[in-house]
Amino acid sequence: MSTNESATSSKRWPAIRFNVNSEARIVKVPPMKRLLDVLREDLHLTGTKEGCGEGECGSCSIRMNGELVNSCLVPVLQVEGADIQTVEGLALDGALHPLQEAFLCHGGAQCGICTPGMLMAAAQLLERSPNPDMPQIREALAGNLCRCTGFIRIFESVAAAVDAQSASPATKLTTEQMHHAR
Amino acid sequence: MRGNAAMHDLVAPGTLAGVLELLAAEPGAWTPIAGGTELMVAFSAGRLAAPKLVSLWGIPDLRAIDVLPQSVVVGAAATFLDLRRHAVIAAELPLLAKAASWIGSIANQSRATLGGNLVNGSPAADSSPALLAYDAEIELISARGRRRVPYSEFHAGYKRNVLAADELLYAIHLPRRFASHKQYLRKVGTRRAMAIAKVALGATALLENGAIREIRLGAASLAPFPTRLLQAESALLGQTITRDTIQSAHHALLAEVKPIDDIRSTADYRSRVAVNLLDEFLLQLRREESH
Repeated sequence: MSTNESATSSKRWPAIRFNVNSEARIVKVPPMKRLLDVLREDLHLTGTKEGCGEGECGSCSIRMNGELVNSCLVPVLQVEGADIQTVEGLALDGALHPLQEAFLCHGGAQCGICTPGMLMAAAQLLERSPNPDMPQIREALAGNLCRCTGFIRIFESVAAAVDAQSASPATKLTTEQMHHAR
Repeated sequence: MRGNAAMHDLVAPGTLAGVLELLAAEPGAWTPIAGGTELMVAFSAGRLAAPKLVSLWGIPDLRAIDVLPQSVVVGAAATFLDLRRHAVIAAELPLLAKAASWIGSIANQSRATLGGNLVNGSPAADSSPALLAYDAEIELISARGRRRVPYSEFHAGYKRNVLAADELLYAIHLPRRFASHKQYLRKVGTRRAMAIAKVALGATALLENGAIREIRLGAASLAPFPTRLLQAESALLGQTITRDTIQSAHHALLAEVKPIDDIRSTADYRSRVAVNLLDEFLLQLRREESH
């Protein structure tokens, strides 16, 4: 664990301490600064993307104390003491997370802007429900908008990651079933 | 124009007493912020008129859900995910659990709070029809003390409510006696996820020998604030569900609602759908009664 102070810190603002991907961080920024902007501008973690900036698109989804949140709607003061996980924290020691592998293999990413948010929303789902069915996958990703792939490949990628983890043929969903899942 | 974080002060006293002290010292000067799902949107767009904000996030007193013998008391800063995951709410107050599942997405439900939904005061608020149907009471707190008001009297106009400048919404009290009532909730929006209601209706009713002994109808997007449909309720109270009583309930409903044309829908569509939702509930009541 190391402590990195933000390069753009100012004496004027109080220090806010929190963990990002298991690393202790301190920033001195206006307390109303959006967590999204702190991650990108102060901590240089640009994996988290801004889409709409109003909590509708999910591009900036991250995990905060084990819950999925839109980082564009979190004032940084509210993460004092919190554990934050961003897309940069999904891979472990250079090995991609099973979701990342599945997105690669199944065409779950195209332009890439929605991908970090999709991955975090899917990671949140798998943490709470390790063996989700298609309606659960669709609900979990309902707040994440993609303008390229049309969602089916993203849903397939998440289902494939579930399969890879459970390795149980009974949970395998065909594309046809996914088209009919509501 | 983007919001500028340096133009806003935000403090986090971390305790309820600390928050109330600030509100008492400078009534009206501090804007409480919980999950930020409304205020941060305004901030990002550069239209947040709140120079001083006080955080309610992470104050345990405000997030507790207490199950008492006669009621369930939900802390104002309980999130919609907290509500969805609560076993007693899921079992006994299913309309509230259902409404919670309709609020935005998971990433919104993890932050948006029941109290915030009410204080924000949108006419389309997702939780309101359920709270009106369940005859909820609102508990307000300030350094001066506490008071309770029926939720049906909490809103006082478009985006206005009865909170005094030094008061905070503390808790929502939900009676547990509705388990024996027939319950209904339907939201009509453009799509299932993320949509804001064009119209929503929540309802509870108790029948005795085929006659309606108790009925509560809570509506969203049919008036400047979420409201009980008291005229339609009185048209139905004591009645059996016949073609005539359904007709008179339609007339009463259409006479009391004040829908508008806006970006989401039209007044005409909202009125028609409101009547259809009421029908759906009444026909469901009649069907279940005859079984």
